[in-house]
Amino acid sequence: MIKIENLVKFFGPKKAVDNISFTVSKGEVLGFLGPNGAGKSTTMRMITGFIPPDSGNIQVGEFDMLNDPIRAKQLLGYLPENAPLYADMSVYGFLSFAAELRGLRGAARKKAVQEAIETCFLEPVAHQTVDTLSKGYKHRACFAQSIIHDPDYLILDEPTDGLDPNQKHEVRSLIRNMGRRKAIIFSTHILEEVLEVCTRAIIIDRGHIVANGSPNELKAMHPNFGSVRLNVYGVAEGDVRGKLNTLSQVERVEVIKSNSEHVKVRVYPKDKKDENFPTLVADLVTKSGWKFDELSMDKGRLDEVFRGITLPDTVKKSSKEGPIVTVNV
Amino acid sequence: MSLSVQNVYTIAKREMGGYFSSPVAYVFIVIFLLLAGFFTFKVSGFFAANEASLNSFFVWHCWLYLFLVPAVGMRLWSEERRLGTIELLLTMPVTGWQAILGKFLASWIFLGLALALTFPMIVTVNYLGNPDNGVILCSYVGSFLMAGAYLAVSCLTSAITRSQVVSFILSLVVCLFLVLVGWPPLNEMLSQWLSPAMVSAVSSISVMTHFAQFQRGIIDSSDIIFFLGLIFFCLFTTNVVIRSHRAG
Repeated sequence: MIKIENLVKFFGPKKAVDNISFTVSKGEVLGFLGPNGAGKSTTMRMITGFIPPDSGNIQVGEFDMLNDPIRAKQLLGYLPENAPLYADMSVYGFLSFAAELRGLRGAARKKAVQEAIETCFLEPVAHQTVDTLSKGYKHRACFAQSIIHDPDYLILDEPTDGLDPNQKHEVRSLIRNMGRRKAIIFSTHILEEVLEVCTRAIIIDRGHIVANGSPNELKAMHPNFGSVRLNVYGVAEGDVRGKLNTLSQVERVEVIKSNSEHVKVRVYPKDKKDENFPTLVADLVTKSGWKFDELSMDKGRLDEVFRGITLPDTVKKSSKEGPIVTVNV
Repeated sequence: MSLSVQNVYTIAKREMGGYFSSPVAYVFIVIFLLLAGFFTFKVSGFFAANEASLNSFFVWHCWLYLFLVPAVGMRLWSEERRLGTIELLLTMPVTGWQAILGKFLASWIFLGLALALTFPMIVTVNYLGNPDNGVILCSYVGSFLMAGAYLAVSCLTSAITRSQVVSFILSLVVCLFLVLVGWPPLNEMLSQWLSPAMVSAVSSISVMTHFAQFQRGIIDSSDIIFFLGLIFFCLFTTNVVIRSHRAG
C-alpha cells in the first residue's frame, strides 16, 4: 500500500501541493488527473523520493520514504515525465544498468532485461543507441526500466504521452493487466484513459484534491447524470410538462426546445441513481400515445465534470452560472 | 561486495562506457598526449636541458589540466540535469553519495588512463640516461592527485548549472585561481604588499605549491591530505548542491 498523508510542498512562495492525502492498495490503478501545473508531477516526485516534501508522510509498503528511502525506493518503479534516458547507451545497456542498480545480477539480470524488452515490445531496437530511437520507443524504453524489477508499486507520470493510438492502446492494456497485482498511480490528461484503465481517479487542482472516486462516481457528479432526454412530436408543451410531472419520481422538467412540431425536454429524477427512471418515462410516453424519436438517459461526461471542478479562476469569475459541478470533499 | 560498493561500481561502469561510446574519450586522450609532448619537447626543450628527469614534462601539468580536466568533468551532472536522467538515477535505490562517487571515480580513472598513456616519456628518459625513477613515480602520483582535485572542482561546478559551457568556464576559473595563488611570479608580486608568512599562507592553498613537492620526489602527508581534502570538500558540496536543487 502507498499511503500519503498531508503532503505539502512550496516552490518559493507558491504552494504547489497543499495538504494532499490518499492511499493506493495493491490491485488498484489510481488515475491522477488535473490541469497542467496542478501539482501532479510534484506529488509523484515526492512519492518516489526525488524531492523532499516540506511536510507530510509518505509510506511505501512498510517503509517510510523520508526515513528509509533506500528500502522504500526498492519497492517502487518510476517512469518520470518525458521519459528521460541516457542518450549514449543502447536500450539493452540501459536496461542492464537499471537492473543492476535494482540489485539484479548475472542470470537474473539477463532474464529481467529480456522480459522487460518483450513486455514493452522493444526487440527491434534492443541494440540501438537511445538517441536514434523514435519518441514511442524512447518512452517504452523508459517504461521498461520502471518494471524491470517487477515492483509492487508503480508510479507512472504520463505513460502514454507522445505515443500513437496503437501504442497508447498497448500501454493501457499493460497497465490494466499489471494493476491486478500491483498498486499503480498514473497521471494523464486523457480522460478516456481513466475510464478505460483506472479503478479509481483523483482530480487535483492547484495543489488540492478536488475529487476522489471511481470513474463512474466521478461521472455521476455531472448535474445531468441520471436525467432523461425526450423528444416528442405533435403534443403541446404544456401537456408534456403536465403529464411528466404526474410521475412521483420526477423532480423537474426542463424544456430544451419547443415549437409547433416537436417538444424536446430533459426530465430530472429525484433519485439520480434510480436505474428504472428511463423505463418509467418510456411507459408514460407509450401510454399517452406520444410519437417520439429520442428517449435516452444521460450517463454524465467526465470531461465536463473535469472542466467544472478545475475551471480556472478567470472563467469562474466571468461565468454567470458558475462552475458546472460543485463538490464537497 | 557490499551493496553500496556495487552501486558505486555500476554507476562508474556506466559513466566510463559513456566516455568510450563516443569519440570524446579518444579525442581527449590524443589532445592530451599531443599537448604534453609539444610542451615537453618544444617549449621546455627537453633535449637541450640535457637532464635525465621528467621535470620539463610534469611542470606543465597544472596548466594542461586547467583546460582538459574541466572538459572531462563539465558534463558529469549538468548533462544529467539537462536530460532529466538525474530523476531516474536518484529515484533508484542509491544514495546521493554513491552516485557522486561513482561518477567521480569513473572520470578520475579515465584521467588516470590518459596519464598512464604518457609512459613512453619514462621509456625515453630511461633509454637516454639514468633518471631517478622514484621521483618520476612520485610526480605521477602527485599529477594524478592534482587531476582528481581539478576534477572534483568540475564536478561541483557541473552540479551548479545545466549548461556544460557555464560549468566548463566556472571550473576553469576556480582551478586557475587554485593555480595562480601559488604561481611564483604572482607570489613575488604579493610579497611587495604582504608579509612572507601571509604569502606562504596564500600559496599553501594552491595546487601548484603542493604538486611541486611531489615533483621534488617528496611524498608528504600534508600534500596528500590537501588534495584528498579538496576532493572531499568539493564532492561534499556537490551533494549539498544536488540536494538543494531537489528541495526546490
